[in-house]
Amino acid sequence: MTTTTTAARVAGAAPVPADLRRSALPLRRRFTDGFAKGLMGLALLVALVPLGLVIYKVLQAGAGVMSWEFLVEDIPNSARRAGGGMGPAVAGTLVITGAAAAMSIPLGVLGAIYLNEYGKQNALARLIRTMSDVMTGVPSVVMGLFVYVAWVLIVKEQSGFAAALALGCLMLPIIIRSTEEMLRLVPDELRQASAALGARRWKTTVSVVLPAAISGIVSGVMLAIARAAGETAPVVLVAGTTFATNWSLSGDNTTLAAQIFKNAGEPFLPAQDRAWGAALTLMVIVLLFTVAARMISSRFAIKER
Amino acid sequence: MTMSTDFTLSTLLPGAVPAMPVASAQPVMQLENVSVFYGDYEAVRGTTMAIREHQITALIGPSGCGKSTVLRSLNRMNDLVPGARVAGKITFHGQDLYAADVDPIQVRRRIGMVFQKPNPFPKSIYENVAYGLKINGIKDDMDDRVEQALRGAALWDEVKGKLKSSGLALSGGQQQRLCIARAIAVKPEVILMDEPCSALDPIATGKIEDLMHDLAGTYTIVIVTHNMQQAARVSHHTAFFTAELDEAGVRHGRLVEFNDTGRIFTNPADKRTEDYITGRFG
Repeated sequence: MTTTTTAARVAGAAPVPADLRRSALPLRRRFTDGFAKGLMGLALLVALVPLGLVIYKVLQAGAGVMSWEFLVEDIPNSARRAGGGMGPAVAGTLVITGAAAAMSIPLGVLGAIYLNEYGKQNALARLIRTMSDVMTGVPSVVMGLFVYVAWVLIVKEQSGFAAALALGCLMLPIIIRSTEEMLRLVPDELRQASAALGARRWKTTVSVVLPAAISGIVSGVMLAIARAAGETAPVVLVAGTTFATNWSLSGDNTTLAAQIFKNAGEPFLPAQDRAWGAALTLMVIVLLFTVAARMISSRFAIKER
Repeated sequence: MTMSTDFTLSTLLPGAVPAMPVASAQPVMQLENVSVFYGDYEAVRGTTMAIREHQITALIGPSGCGKSTVLRSLNRMNDLVPGARVAGKITFHGQDLYAADVDPIQVRRRIGMVFQKPNPFPKSIYENVAYGLKINGIKDDMDDRVEQALRGAALWDEVKGKLKSSGLALSGGQQQRLCIARAIAVKPEVILMDEPCSALDPIATGKIEDLMHDLAGTYTIVIVTHNMQQAARVSHHTAFFTAELDEAGVRHGRLVEFNDTGRIFTNPADKRTEDYITGRFG
């Protein structure tokens, strides 16, 4: 009987077929719709402006000095001297960021697995979550000071390892929280299906949950790596500096970010050029990492079709 | 509201009730005074029934009557719910499933489950079926075993050419049969099905029901359904649950009546069962 009343009401309200064309809408609604759409488009454009300008400026100013020699040659020990390159900074960035990633990725991903798959809402898990949130908010220079006090002053040596420690500490909370978010998105039905087949929890986690979340986890990790690669303050504080390439984690080292900071502050044109070149190098390195990580993760990722 | 007045006892029995020796089969599982708690809340109170070998037992009843809760307590899936607890005794071949030293993983390897919503892994069709075998340490004759399971689930002919494509690319009904294939690949004794057809159209439902008939020769099946015609069509035994208020005004699920399906649908002993199956209830 509900159908008859609905039919009667519709028939009473609209004796003529309703005009369904968009142009039949009241002017106000059409205007609001167009205005909102325009605003969104504008917001996107405004957001793209700084990105575009940064890329343009770095390319324009950095391309001039860019060459293979620039990527491998030692840094001139006098800032006013032209030529030379950023070889030590490229090596330092790779070694330090690599070591930081090697320390923080396993720790962060395993920590996130504990939080989402085992700890859930227990007291320890909640404490860890809060602490990692607090850790996310720690300014990088403070993390640098912490490592200076807790490591450099004790071993009495500035080193690439000390910088990796600081960067690792900065990456850790980002990896934990982003990985946990991704694990949370994996539907519980999959865990149950696996459990119903007699899989233990670690087996379910390794063979069902992680593959389903891998691409999101990789995104979060890449974000953390990009942030670490661009960190300046802790590196300047604890890594010291070097003019010759040092592929080792011990002894003074330097990174592209630290060299940008140092050279951009110089009044000499060759140094400023090197700073732009270093900026371009850093941008390309992070981009390459991201592309590589995407390609690797797509091999494990879920295939929808 | 689908139950109009012409929905009488005779239409419920289209003569499709399996003509098998009903009470003679051995009980595989036995529930004795089983209550399931979620925290302090007693979701189901005092259930006593037997699950007989190579037969299909249906659990029916209105929403919230605890039929799914009982089903999930049969292979300790409720363990995964924080705060869930079982009182009473559930035995499997005489062994107490909830004894202190029983490994729930071992329980679930022998008592499989098919869920309400088809939930294939986001992996290929082949890997979906092979997964259970792999975690059980079976490595030999993988292709053969996968084919057997898919044939057993009446899915082989539809997927044999695309075993490497994703299980998620199948239709809903095919996905559910893939989940059944995945469950039978590890050769459990008992298969629990939690409203396996509620997300499927009538044609897919028909296929799964036919499949259940075939599977009953090899496996013991317990199915939760809120489709009474389905219970009447496929099951040998039916347990009717309902939700009732106790003295304190708290709702509990209760087993009202457990009998041969034919008896439940033609001559129920309890007034509440009769009201429910004739549509005068809920």
